[in-house]
Amino acid sequence: MALVLSEDQQLLKDAARNFCQQRSPLNVLRELRDSKDETGFDAAIWKQMLELGWAGMAVPETYGGFQFGYGGLGVVLEETGRTLTSSPLISTVLICATAVNELGSDQQKASLLPAIVGGELLMSLALDEHSLHNPSHIETTASRTSDGFELNGSKTFVLDGHVAKKFIVVARSSGDRDSKEGISLFLVDSGSTGVTVARTRMVDSRNAAKISLDKVTVTEAAVLGDLDKGFVGLDRVLDIARIGLAAEMLGSIREVFERILEYLKQREQFGVLIGSFQGLQHRAANMYTEIELCKSVVRAALSALDDSEKSGQGIAELASIAKAKLSEVFMLVSNEGIQMHGGIGMTDEFDIGFFLKRARVAQQFLGDASFHRDRYASLKNF
Amino acid sequence: MSSQQDFRAATRQWLESNCPESMRTPMVQDEIVWGGRNPSFKNPDSKLWLERMADRGWTCPTWPTEYGGGGLSKDESVVLRQELARINARPALTSFGIGMLGPALLEYGSHAHKLEHIPKIVRGEIRWCQGYSEPGSGSDLASLSTKAELQGENYIVNGSKVWTSYADKADWIFCLVRTDFDVPKHSGISFILFDMASEGISTKPIQLISGSSPFCETFFLDVKVPTANLVGRLNEGWTIAKRLLQHERTMISSFGLASGQSDRGGTTSTVASVEGAAMHYRGDKDSLSDPVLRDEIAQFKIDSEAFAYTSQRSIEESRQGQGPNATSSMLKNYGCELNKRRYELLLKAIGSQGLGWEGEGFADDELLVTREWLRSKGNSIEGGTSEVQLNVIAKRVLGLPDILSISKK
Ligand SMILES: Cc1cc2nc3c(=O)[nH]c(=O)nc-3n(C[C@H](O)[C@H](O)[C@H](O)COP(=O)(O)OP(=O)(O)OC[C@H]3O[C@@H](n4cnc5c(N)ncnc54)[C@H](O)[C@@H]3O)c2cc1C
Repeated sequence: MALVLSEDQQLLKDAARNFCQQRSPLNVLRELRDSKDETGFDAAIWKQMLELGWAGMAVPETYGGFQFGYGGLGVVLEETGRTLTSSPLISTVLICATAVNELGSDQQKASLLPAIVGGELLMSLALDEHSLHNPSHIETTASRTSDGFELNGSKTFVLDGHVAKKFIVVARSSGDRDSKEGISLFLVDSGSTGVTVARTRMVDSRNAAKISLDKVTVTEAAVLGDLDKGFVGLDRVLDIARIGLAAEMLGSIREVFERILEYLKQREQFGVLIGSFQGLQHRAANMYTEIELCKSVVRAALSALDDSEKSGQGIAELASIAKAKLSEVFMLVSNEGIQMHGGIGMTDEFDIGFFLKRARVAQQFLGDASFHRDRYASLKNF
Repeated sequence: MSSQQDFRAATRQWLESNCPESMRTPMVQDEIVWGGRNPSFKNPDSKLWLERMADRGWTCPTWPTEYGGGGLSKDESVVLRQELARINARPALTSFGIGMLGPALLEYGSHAHKLEHIPKIVRGEIRWCQGYSEPGSGSDLASLSTKAELQGENYIVNGSKVWTSYADKADWIFCLVRTDFDVPKHSGISFILFDMASEGISTKPIQLISGSSPFCETFFLDVKVPTANLVGRLNEGWTIAKRLLQHERTMISSFGLASGQSDRGGTTSTVASVEGAAMHYRGDKDSLSDPVLRDEIAQFKIDSEAFAYTSQRSIEESRQGQGPNATSSMLKNYGCELNKRRYELLLKAIGSQGLGWEGEGFADDELLVTREWLRSKGNSIEGGTSEVQLNVIAKRVLGLPDILSISKK
């Protein structure tokens, strides 16, 4: 397992960094927020990202992708995390393209993947039903009709739900409310009769929506993956998404820490730089150490995704390790980011608060630290 | 087949035929091989294993063959380590010569020093101890005052050291001495080597809270040390001393590593892993019934895995022959704090059976946990305290201003 970047990955990372710093700095998010932008991301920047091939990073060449692997997508996400770039990269590319690629039929792949890579199609996973991530707790129902299914239920925390043209809806086609059996995935057009989408404004100024499904009908062909047995595949997709999200979080964490360090070396009180106070030095040294651990688990998890010999169990463990660890450390570093800047850290004009806000949303999304510690313990049989 | 695959195959085959069966079982404390002039081999297989490994230089795999080392590349040594781990092979030799002095001597010693000392370290013929700390100089090591004065062909050493691990069992000492009192403290220190059998040396064991007495007070009274035993230049010993500490810290950081399923390096008993112990003592079958402890253990294990990846990454990132740097402080600090957490969790897992001191009513394994728990408290003190490691990270890695140099202004 390679824990250091390959030369290609390093080049890609440098290019992504350049792009994000120049084209998509944090101010872009601030302006989107202040102007209450309808889309919630900058379409021109997204178009450039598409031109750079970012939407096809982990997609096979047969479907228009570039086969750079998750290691490639991971370094891009890390860099977009540094500038808190708002884009459909997570909803559409990391999650939905992965779901289609992992679970879809040849025909579904052929019709959806090239459209994602080309930027014509935005998609979103409609999974959570309550305020806490719990992917097997599904109350949305899928009942058989003569030529397909009828979906009823509601979903929340649907990333980019307000702009997605298609949803992957997780619904229960059989089984009890909390059972892993009886879960199926359906492709649903956002314009279908019975679909209502309500954008939610989250604290991180990124984009999400609540959607409700009222007697929405889909055909047999809309099933993505195995009917009733969708959970295993879903969980794998979620693991890939958790690892990719951890990569994005790593970028944000590193950025906050670098901003903290810069401030410690610049702000003077009591006639000396505040960075000379041991009370702050040791906290900085501890953060540094935690961040080194984060880098290692993100690298390990990404390279496991590109290793065809790695078992599903191994991936699941790494995903939970990564999401638990990164959630914990993002919380620590984002809090210290405010504290170590003093009063200025509390002002909206100063950027550090954006990271605090993003941290909590990223922590919650796809399971927070305690969710993943619990999951890890179960995977380890204790 | 790549040459690395060839090497792996050949290594595996050699280990299969040369590693004695009993050397593929978890190490027990009193069978650790430290070598020395009067080595003790409680298990005769240990002797055989040491000889076979030393013949290939594989006790020190990457050291040059010129001095008896294995001459392996970094990649080959990784393969060797993996193959040893695969059969759960015990370390053939454990010593301060391997983990501390050897690497420093290879970097700073003269050809004559290397010829004299390195082969004996590889073969485990001389056991070394570390004469750094003094009663008045612990974290502030550079303030040390044991002195060496030139007299003809010899330095005359006077003073005392403390916490000298295994000074009473060691054959030679690598020692920091003050050779100039009139310059800033870092600039008057020299690094010398001498025989512990020299006249004028006495040692007095100190008992630890865990009951064992691995370290000593060490006294020097007019000890004669040939000038040829000076390593590097006079008064320039601090650089060597610091470099050696980086090696020591990397070595100590491995306390934080768990091997495989077991948190305690391969033991097969009920207390081998924290979660296994917790379930055993609660009579749990499928999952741990105490949800708070379960969460704490999960957090510990996640951190352990993250740490193991980080140690591995630091090896991958270091270039051939480059050795450790200031990040060794990061590994040392985290690894040691992790090991302390491991033992606190084991105590919680086991309950009062993990608090026996000696005698009836406790299994040997349980008594060992008590002693190891106590011993683990020293991890964050030996090799430089955790606070000192954090200072090093702040200063050397993060480039934050040094409060001590500011306060002196
Ligand atoms: C098991 C064990 C084995 C050892 N083996 C050896 C050996 O073989 N050879 C050898 O030479 N030494 C050995 N030592 C000694 C060890 O290196 C010292 O104990 C250690 O460096 C700390 O020094 P001290 O004990 O004088 O503590 P002090 O330096 O007095 O420290 C007391 C406390 O003050 C803190 N402190 C001190 N300075 C600072 C600072 N600048 N900033 C923040 N906090 C600070 C420390 O972190 C500690 O918490 C061993 C120690 C142990 C426990």
